[in-house]
Amino acid sequence: MTRLNVNGRDHTVDADPGTPILWALRDTLGMTGTKFGCGAALCGACTVHLDGQAVRSCITPISAAEGKKVNTIEATTDGRDRVGTAVHAAWVKHDVAQCGYCQSGQIMSATAFIKSLPRGKLPSAAQIDSAMAGNICRCGTYARIRAAVADAAKALA
Amino acid sequence: MLSDFDRGEMPRALQRLLAASSSDRATLPRRSFLKLASGSGLALGAFPHLATAQTNGVTQPTAALKPTQQPSAFVQIAPNGEVTVTINRLEFGQGVQTGLPMILAEELDADWTQVRSRNGSNDPAYIDPLFGIHLTGGSHSIKNSFMQYRELGARARAMLLAAAAQRWNVDVATLRTQAGTVLGPNGRKLSYGELAEAAMALPVPEKVTLKNPKDFRIIGRATTRLDARAKSSGRQDFGIDVRLPGQLTAVVAHPPVFGARLTSVDDAAARAIKGVKTVLRVPLDRGAEGVAVVADGYWPAKQGREALKLQWDTASVEKVDSQRLLVQYRELANQSGPRKFDADMAPLANAPHQLEAEFVFPYLAHAPMEPLNCTVQLSDGRAELWLGTQCPGLDGVAAARVLGLKPEQVTMHVQTAGGGFGRRFVGSSDYVVEACEVAKAARAAGLNAPVRTLWSREDDIKGGYYRPMHLHRARIGFDERGDVLAWDHVIVGQSITSGTVFGEFQVKNGIDGTATEGMRDPYPIPMRLTVHHPKVNVPVLWWRSVGSTHTAYVMETLLDDIARATKQDPVAYRMRLFADKQPRHRAALKLAVDKSGYGKKQLPTGRAWGVAVHESFDSVVAYVVEASVREGRPVLHRVTAGVHCNLAVNPRSVEAQVQGAAVMGLSMCLPGSAITLKDGAVEQSNFGDFTVARITDMPAFDVHIVPSAEPPTGMGEPGLPALAPAFANAIARLTGKPLRQLPFNLA
Repeated sequence: MTRLNVNGRDHTVDADPGTPILWALRDTLGMTGTKFGCGAALCGACTVHLDGQAVRSCITPISAAEGKKVNTIEATTDGRDRVGTAVHAAWVKHDVAQCGYCQSGQIMSATAFIKSLPRGKLPSAAQIDSAMAGNICRCGTYARIRAAVADAAKALA
Repeated sequence: MLSDFDRGEMPRALQRLLAASSSDRATLPRRSFLKLASGSGLALGAFPHLATAQTNGVTQPTAALKPTQQPSAFVQIAPNGEVTVTINRLEFGQGVQTGLPMILAEELDADWTQVRSRNGSNDPAYIDPLFGIHLTGGSHSIKNSFMQYRELGARARAMLLAAAAQRWNVDVATLRTQAGTVLGPNGRKLSYGELAEAAMALPVPEKVTLKNPKDFRIIGRATTRLDARAKSSGRQDFGIDVRLPGQLTAVVAHPPVFGARLTSVDDAAARAIKGVKTVLRVPLDRGAEGVAVVADGYWPAKQGREALKLQWDTASVEKVDSQRLLVQYRELANQSGPRKFDADMAPLANAPHQLEAEFVFPYLAHAPMEPLNCTVQLSDGRAELWLGTQCPGLDGVAAARVLGLKPEQVTMHVQTAGGGFGRRFVGSSDYVVEACEVAKAARAAGLNAPVRTLWSREDDIKGGYYRPMHLHRARIGFDERGDVLAWDHVIVGQSITSGTVFGEFQVKNGIDGTATEGMRDPYPIPMRLTVHHPKVNVPVLWWRSVGSTHTAYVMETLLDDIARATKQDPVAYRMRLFADKQPRHRAALKLAVDKSGYGKKQLPTGRAWGVAVHESFDSVVAYVVEASVREGRPVLHRVTAGVHCNLAVNPRSVEAQVQGAAVMGLSMCLPGSAITLKDGAVEQSNFGDFTVARITDMPAFDVHIVPSAEPPTGMGEPGLPALAPAFANAIARLTGKPLRQLPFNLA
């Protein structure tokens, strides 16, 4: 039994402690907003926040999350998280998504990145690219991702 | 896909296929729409025309209307005025989920803020009105359903008007509509929601008058996708997210070489893993065998698969090696073969300028972000499937065949898909058949639960169905003006459609039209085109823009070579070749040139312009790019697109499709973007060794659309073909050396 705190709620997960957070979320807790893309930390589709840090949930075992706080796309964009809310709004405004499958991970990476910025500091184009380089979008929505991240950072500055 | 063929023939061939395996699909009771409507909670305001007519005893002459023309199947209006439009296509990023409702809402005169969208099924109403089967591909969705959805909207509007005329007892000619409301004399008004129930009891008009395009207020307006919020919050469900009570997950061990069978299976360790329910030996695509590990989730299933000890008989299947294959293709290119074009090559010998070139294109994986999956629920005499598929018609027939059912006993719940790019449109229905085999075996083993078969990324990269590897060879003779006197061309590559239902109309005289589309035209070139289709043990498939993924590259880089050899500007040269015969090409190219500053703007040192233009799927896209070479690596800095797709239904979506397709075209150029085989096995396995473009590869990108009021042409694919050659042409201007291999190799 592994205790997981997801989006502020405690859960007990009856699974092998080596089970990645991704599959505990999706298959055990039924939270499917976090996506499976590669299973090897190569595409970023599964990005969640572990104590505020963006991590790839497909390779992070639930044992590593015990005593920590897991935050997922569901809570990041439901209005409670100031930065996540701004990122969500920018994503809609710029009509970023095409198939949309990778966008949970993109938004989680963008949110962690903006939270990491010194208050009032706007990111450079190169910083945005570097922060988002771990997230693949096969539909190629990168131009709008750039615009949305910059816009969200500006709205929060 | 499916662009270069006799359009009269495809519907017939596909319908023959369906007729051969189906009993009476076309006469499914229209009541199924009633069920559809009530399933969504919107039954009250639906237009169940025939069913209503039956229950009310009202007779009305709608028999002449096909299921695809019946508003009841496509539009539901709730009492609160919410309009739900059903899409007859797979939404997998291309935006039909918004574009088709825009078209219907335009003629319905709906309030756009009240419009919603929902996925269809394999009900006969949702067949492509031209092709006669359920499919999404060939950039056909908007093109083929533009008139259909306009007429559906107009019919529904006419019924609402008739209902209002009855209610007010006035002549319908005195009424008009405005944004979801019927307006009558003396300031009277009724919302569509208030009229919907009365309207559904009225006959469906056969003939309707459509709007003049100059009165469009929804079509042509840059519109945010209807699914933008759901897709920006993790709330959009995809096929992989389907969760049924008791659902199990299967992961299948595929053979290391395509088509190989098992010699031994030791599953003791796999069965011992917590959560594993059973281990099943299942037949797979291409006569292969595999082992499915069925568990209560993906992770134990995958752990179980890793614990399997399997031995394969690979002796009886061809083991392909890409390097050896290239040598074989070169030999084949020297031989005679069937000809697609057959111009006189006599002028070649004495042409003042001669050019010889060989191009090599690798296998490519589609790698949609949502790994392939299909969930199957079996019960006595019935099957239900949940999956993202571009061709639920074919897949449904294949599922029925595997499960021993009639096609009408199989329900396909089409799910929004996380990309596809052609991979979800397979003549063999490979991953659907596999999921059905697994579900069937699981049921036989006593597991009465729905089973989701899910591929890992490694399964996807290694599991086949690639854009075929191609060799092109050209000998070109031209004069000082750059006029081509003779162009002798050879293409070697596997046929995509031979041996599938599509081969029946795609393969002519031994030549697969999907391999040659995009060659020669629209340039006035005397060409001899010889085609060889070797049989190779690698499953191949269309990949976004199909033949044009390689033919556009060959044509547009060679034309640049000729322009360079004759010291002509590449834009002026193309314009001269287009003359006055290709107004859409001219307009697209001119727009890209004008907006880019080509020929006017001074580029930073080390940068060069590159140009290419290509028509595919009836749309033309021209690119003007700026590129440089940095530390031996080609870098794309800026792209300006000129697009001619006739009327752009949603310009915001057209922009997205052009950018997205271009990024996929850019991916083809990047080091590591090839699929290669050694000893019969695919060498790549995941995004670590199969490169796709990332945000750091993305150029600045502007899209400009040529204004037009002509009926729209598709935009899912046409943004792809011209990107790589435009990029290559810029690099060739810098280095003086043409790039004739993808991915780029500057060595």
